[in-house]
Amino acid sequence: MTIQVIVRRLLFLITVVWSASTITFFIPRISAKNPVRERFAALSRSGGFAPADMEKIIAAYNTKFGLDKPVLEQYVDYIASIARFDLGVSFNLYPKTVIELITESLPWTFTLLLVTTILSFILGNLLGAVAAWPRAPQWLRAIATPFILLQGVPPAIMAILLLFFIAFRLKLAPLGSAYSTGVIPDWSSPAFIWDVVHHQLLPALALLLGSIGGWVLSMRGMGITIQGEDYVNFAEHKGLSGPVIFKDYYLRNALLPQVTGLALALGTVVTNGVIIENIFGLPGLGRVLGAAIGSNDFLVIYGVVLFITIAVATLMVFVEFLYPLLDPRVRNE
Amino acid sequence: MTPVLEIKNLQVTYYTDAGRARALDGVSLSLLPGEKLGLVGESGSGKSTMALAMMRMIKPPGRIEGGSVIVDGTDLTQLTDEQMLKARLSKIAYIPQGAMNSLNPVLRIGAQMTDAIRAHDPKASKAQVEERCLASLESVDLKRDVFKMYAHELSGGMKQRVCIAIGILLQPKVIIADEPTSALDVVTQRQVMETIDRVQKQIGAAVILIGHDMGLMAQFVDKVAVMYTGRIMELSTVREMFTDPKHPYAQALIKSLPNLENKGVFQGIPGLAPALLRLPGGCSFHPRCIQVMDHCKTQRPRDSTLAGGRTVECHLYSEKA
Amino acid sequence: MTTTTLDRTAFLQPSPMTLMGRYLRRNKSLAVGLLILLLLVLFTANGLATVDAENAYPLSVKTKQVPSVEFPLGTDYYGRDLYVAMVVGLWQTALIGVLAGALGTLVGVVLGFISAYFGGWLDAVIKGICQILTPIPAFLIQVIIAGSLDKRDVTIYTMAFVVVLLAWMGPTLVIRSQVLTMKERQFVAVAKLSGMGDLGIIFREIFPNLLPFIAAAFVGQVFFAVFQSFYLAVLGLGPLREPLLGNTIWNANGASAFFNNWWWWPMAPAFALVLILGSLALINMGMDEIANPRIRRTE
Repeated sequence: MTIQVIVRRLLFLITVVWSASTITFFIPRISAKNPVRERFAALSRSGGFAPADMEKIIAAYNTKFGLDKPVLEQYVDYIASIARFDLGVSFNLYPKTVIELITESLPWTFTLLLVTTILSFILGNLLGAVAAWPRAPQWLRAIATPFILLQGVPPAIMAILLLFFIAFRLKLAPLGSAYSTGVIPDWSSPAFIWDVVHHQLLPALALLLGSIGGWVLSMRGMGITIQGEDYVNFAEHKGLSGPVIFKDYYLRNALLPQVTGLALALGTVVTNGVIIENIFGLPGLGRVLGAAIGSNDFLVIYGVVLFITIAVATLMVFVEFLYPLLDPRVRNE
Repeated sequence: MTPVLEIKNLQVTYYTDAGRARALDGVSLSLLPGEKLGLVGESGSGKSTMALAMMRMIKPPGRIEGGSVIVDGTDLTQLTDEQMLKARLSKIAYIPQGAMNSLNPVLRIGAQMTDAIRAHDPKASKAQVEERCLASLESVDLKRDVFKMYAHELSGGMKQRVCIAIGILLQPKVIIADEPTSALDVVTQRQVMETIDRVQKQIGAAVILIGHDMGLMAQFVDKVAVMYTGRIMELSTVREMFTDPKHPYAQALIKSLPNLENKGVFQGIPGLAPALLRLPGGCSFHPRCIQVMDHCKTQRPRDSTLAGGRTVECHLYSEKA
Repeated sequence: MTTTTLDRTAFLQPSPMTLMGRYLRRNKSLAVGLLILLLLVLFTANGLATVDAENAYPLSVKTKQVPSVEFPLGTDYYGRDLYVAMVVGLWQTALIGVLAGALGTLVGVVLGFISAYFGGWLDAVIKGICQILTPIPAFLIQVIIAGSLDKRDVTIYTMAFVVVLLAWMGPTLVIRSQVLTMKERQFVAVAKLSGMGDLGIIFREIFPNLLPFIAAAFVGQVFFAVFQSFYLAVLGLGPLREPLLGNTIWNANGASAFFNNWWWWPMAPAFALVLILGSLALINMGMDEIANPRIRRTE
């Protein structure tokens, strides 16, 4: 890969980040809703504020957050602050900054999504590849079928089904939250770590079962195409054994488009993660977002969305940088 | 000399939803070491099925129904699957249309040669294996650098040479080359054919060359077999085939070739090759034959051996015989 | 060749229904998908005709009832009859799905056509926007849009609109690539040579050949719309008063239904969504089999 390609990709990344920032800036302003006023209106509905003082307070806060400046100036300030990784402060958990909220919750989300996505990608692709491989034993090929049928069920629904059957009925797993109530987090204690893992099992299973079918299905389709390729045929003519053909000629080639598919699926991965965290009440970016939606904490909503968008776009470009390592054909383009 | 390849009454059937299709209907032939046979015919005549059947690579819904393929004294149809894996490439090798897509795009050429040797000789040392690969590459006029290259870095002619180099890695007794020159330009075609010619002489292998370019074939093979609807209609030396074809179908094929005398007058064979599912009774060629007789429509002709060992499957000659 | 004059009347042409039946027997995923969809439609239509839709809203019936003869799917903490909520919710979910699906497909087809057929800077702009929007998780932008709306303004229709805003890129790219390949095909070249105008070529030559892809894109879009609107609702961004399936699950989750032993509350909408999304996924797979015949071979 040449410097030119790298530069082009990075410029693309910057364009994406800039577009996402612009969208998150302008959409809320089109609706002409003042976040400060919304927040206080919500507070006053729950009682506690005298309406007389409210306008003054709102005006003061508007100045504080720069909401009284012309829109264009706000926009420039906004883009500048993003470039400084400054996403503002939370109304709800003032004076916590959005960045602080993100750094606190990110490890949870990252770990859960990384583990489940990698597992799902590996298992799904293996199952799909085997399902399309005519020489695999029938029972092995049949394993793929239930996963293909599950492919239409999103992880959020899977989560509710699992909660009902495994946690509620069979009592094999907790009904939610990050660790047992009353336990004091202590990352040096194995008992605590096990407790956390125990609480993560069901969410992880929901994410896994809800996403694996997609890989099985696309890999099966890819596998059928690759099998018809001349080089697989010639490999058989060479007298290579089944496992060698499967691994070096069939799987390696069928996986290439799947890697691109992984990059494209990252948006869906985080979307599912956000929902799952909210259903299970796990600490994480998704839960921060869900709570912010519930309490009209706008800067947190925009900040988290922007952060996730940037993260996904960056990971996507990163996967594209990895791709040439797998496919020699694009290496010297 | 004893023949190195003997095919006896080879039969292949494809079982489809629409019925049984006899893709090979009792094919017999034999080749001496070093002999070169050209296999010609229209598409669907059974040329490629023949190659697949010899390699025992017919896949469902197709099946080898009977007959034998004896290479160097071993009947391939009697081997276990395991033994057949070993026989491929070492006894009988297949060279595909390499210019297209026959090389794995993500493996280096060297890896695709090494794995072939390893499959047959797992104990060979790394240096030995590499030396054999490089020697093979050199014998097809490729540089040693090709060993470290990928398929997309090679031209069509070079890819075809790599396929030949792989085919001769284990010095097989029989080489089947399936249209090795299609999709190549005319100059490269010639070079590739010369390469095949040279390496087969070096290792003394018998060659079956499959193709429909009779002109190119005439320059390289010793014998020509004309196939039609899964049967060999005529098998003669290349000189006899081009100067005095016996079977009406062979005559029509030769006549359809452009040459200096009938320049510009293109003569095809009237009618279409019949679908294998609905073969006409009697001789399968009779609906298109200009010398058709009454009993051609009901009785299938037998092989008649004419002077010089050429065989023809036609009633015109069975009466004389 | 004399055999081409076949007597056509000698063959009994089976009726289209018989042919369709035969095809569905082979294409099982399409058949099962359509069957589930039909059952869902019957369930909803029957429900809408027999129940009082008012009972799908809070404070209509006794609260927290276990499923029984009177309340087949139970009632929730707010006093909704969950069976009625399911009927109305299915109808609303279908409405969002079909509306957003149709609109997204329409925008996609039009943009894809313009992009591929006219090319040039128009193509560059449309393709560029699609490429930039692809890495941005559509759902999160929808969160921003839906979150910026006044909660009282959110209706079934604004939901559908929010979903469409970021759902047209897929069909645009698919239709674009199909039109690009079709432009190169012979029949278009022939039509151009014979002096047919752009509109004539688009509507008489290209459009009919695109129909299968448009149909597939539509099914995909409906799936996508149901999925996304469900996710928005689960985060509490739906029309809060409506008994949309996702809303019911959001309500149940907010009230910690499993902790409180009200297990039936989220189960019915969950099963309904399994059936809806499952049937759409099966239909999609079935249509893939039509478009990509190689998949069929392994069955």
